[in-house]
Amino acid sequence: MAGESKGWDRNQMAARAAQELRDGMYVNLGIGIPTLVANYIPEGISVTLQSENGMLGMGPFPFEGEEDPDLINAGKQTITELPQTAYFDSATSFAMIRGGKIAMAILGAMEVSETGDLANWMIPGKLVKGMGGAMDLVAGVGRVVVVMDHTSKHGESKVLKACTLPLTGKAVVNRIITNLGVLDVVPGGLKIVVLADGVTEAELRAATEATILG
Amino acid sequence: MNKVYPSASAALEGLLQDNMLIAAGGFGLCGIPELLIAAIRDAGVKGLTVASNNAGVDGFGLGQLLETRQVKKMISSYVGENAEFMRQYLSGELELEFNPQGTLAERMRAGGAGIPGFYTKTGVGTVIAEGKEHHDFDGQTYILERGIVADLSIVKAWKADPSGNLVFRKTARNFNVPAATCGKVCVAEVEEVVPLGSLDPDTIHLPGIYVHRIVTGTHEKRIEQRTVRKKEAV
Repeated sequence: MAGESKGWDRNQMAARAAQELRDGMYVNLGIGIPTLVANYIPEGISVTLQSENGMLGMGPFPFEGEEDPDLINAGKQTITELPQTAYFDSATSFAMIRGGKIAMAILGAMEVSETGDLANWMIPGKLVKGMGGAMDLVAGVGRVVVVMDHTSKHGESKVLKACTLPLTGKAVVNRIITNLGVLDVVPGGLKIVVLADGVTEAELRAATEATILG
Repeated sequence: MNKVYPSASAALEGLLQDNMLIAAGGFGLCGIPELLIAAIRDAGVKGLTVASNNAGVDGFGLGQLLETRQVKKMISSYVGENAEFMRQYLSGELELEFNPQGTLAERMRAGGAGIPGFYTKTGVGTVIAEGKEHHDFDGQTYILERGIVADLSIVKAWKADPSGNLVFRKTARNFNVPAATCGKVCVAEVEEVVPLGSLDPDTIHLPGIYVHRIVTGTHEKRIEQRTVRKKEAV
């Protein structure tokens, strides 16, 4: 049945995405479910979070009364620094993004295609707020992992042969994590990496418009 | 050398004209030149094009210049926090040029560094690339983006010495450095002007060569998204 919530919930998707992290990585987490990934960093793994407004080593939210207007993340939320924190200007920040120094970005998506196209910034006819740093991130970082619901509220697949919405980047996505499982973008289509708990391969295939190999 | 002016209005004296291009520092409401924006509002210049990552919020930051209809066009990466902005944009009163955030920062940096254009992968295959020169290097496709040279830069720093050397604080540095460098003239507002010699030359974030005028004053430093966690009960 379309529209039923199946497989992983938001926190389980974030926990699965956290398994992508490797010790020593510099990582950029997008807004939404990707932000939750920071709560599930595996024990013994140390990663440095980049905030593209100009910070490496992003710490947790401050305690009440300790908010600093000069210390925010890319979502404009108040945050804190860590012992390894470094600050820099926006041009330097995007130089490290564009220059491929950030190992991975974990981002949300509205649609993703079987060739790795990503749409996550604009719905024509609706309020357009802007792409922020998303286009720079997907074009520049070493690896792009998207975390998203597999289908819309109406049960339509968001994992498509070709995106219908304006693109954020073309052929940029490496791995797709949805409530139904994990898929890799490979030559010729998508490859199933793992199914979410309680989801069958037939269910995943039925919910996917994109070509799934094998 | 003393670049310090007694007020924001005095620091902008003779620099403002209708239809000029202004580059403004800040990210959201963090590190915005709030005193200079208010002084530009009071000066009443119109037809402004403003290159700034964001457009402030209703009634604060660049939102103040939107309310008075002084802005003709914004060059920004994200404008989602401002209802008046959206109203003017949707009714066709305000032009908007979306730039990816890193492209906007690099356009400013390049403009200030004498680089008229640069190639980037950002935006290839998207609406951003439409009408732009494409070029392949080493098997990858890039688009040509232009450097920005602004008539005036307005920025906010933490500390300045009278020679214009600036020090920023935490993530309030953001677009202030590239914005400052791309202006034909740069006015900086700071929280504190300190005596010459009291800033460690090794820790200057922006050398005074880029900064022509300085003003100090009380900053509101509004927080846009106050997020906190609870202290564990002891």
